[in-house]
Amino acid sequence: MSGLVAAIDQHQGTDGAVVTFLGLVRNHNVGRRVEYLEYEAYEPLALKTLAQIVAEAQQRWPGAHVAVHHRIGRIEIGEASVAIATASAHRADAYAASRYVIERVKQIVPIWKHEFFEGGDVWIEGATANPDDEAARAAAERVACA
Amino acid sequence: MRVTVRLFARLRDIAGASELEREVAPGTTIGAVWQMLAGEHPQLAAYERSISSAVNADYARMDHPLRDGDEVAFLPPVSGG
Repeated sequence: MSGLVAAIDQHQGTDGAVVTFLGLVRNHNVGRRVEYLEYEAYEPLALKTLAQIVAEAQQRWPGAHVAVHHRIGRIEIGEASVAIATASAHRADAYAASRYVIERVKQIVPIWKHEFFEGGDVWIEGATANPDDEAARAAAERVACA
Repeated sequence: MRVTVRLFARLRDIAGASELEREVAPGTTIGAVWQMLAGEHPQLAAYERSISSAVNADYARMDHPLRDGDEVAFLPPVSGG
């Protein structure tokens, strides 16, 4: 996280807010006792898609600085799987951009959770990824600005 | 012509391989390759409406025609975060 903050903090004195977000591996999910997660990615496309999301956020909130990192492989309970850092002149934009990025990660980045729980394992399947789906993008923006 | 197919998460488990090579006719679409795989692994058919696809690590639609040497990827619904 300190690396991400360093990446967005330009030390020029223009930013009045930095928001950091960590997504953690939780020990329970829909009634299951989770033991750990294994994340898999289609890495080259995941990196391009993350870059697209950063560009979208910077276009929507001009002047905001945005950085995001997602881990893959086995991650234990309580460890972070995703880290987001945003900076802007005023707090509202930094908070909104942060929320937007995590919503978009869940919509379009080709990364999958393999959940290992007490008694079994299951692939978690969320959204059908479509980076051109403007309705999904607008929904992420609405959540970010709520 | 020859294409490489990449499969991820549950799709990989169903097919039993993360990477496959397939000989297809020139101009074969992504969708036609999917149909070929679904024929080989009937459990894949349930994913027809929920998968995304990519060519050479860029998202692409099912009607996209493939070229020799392309890498086509089939992606089940994503769950990052």
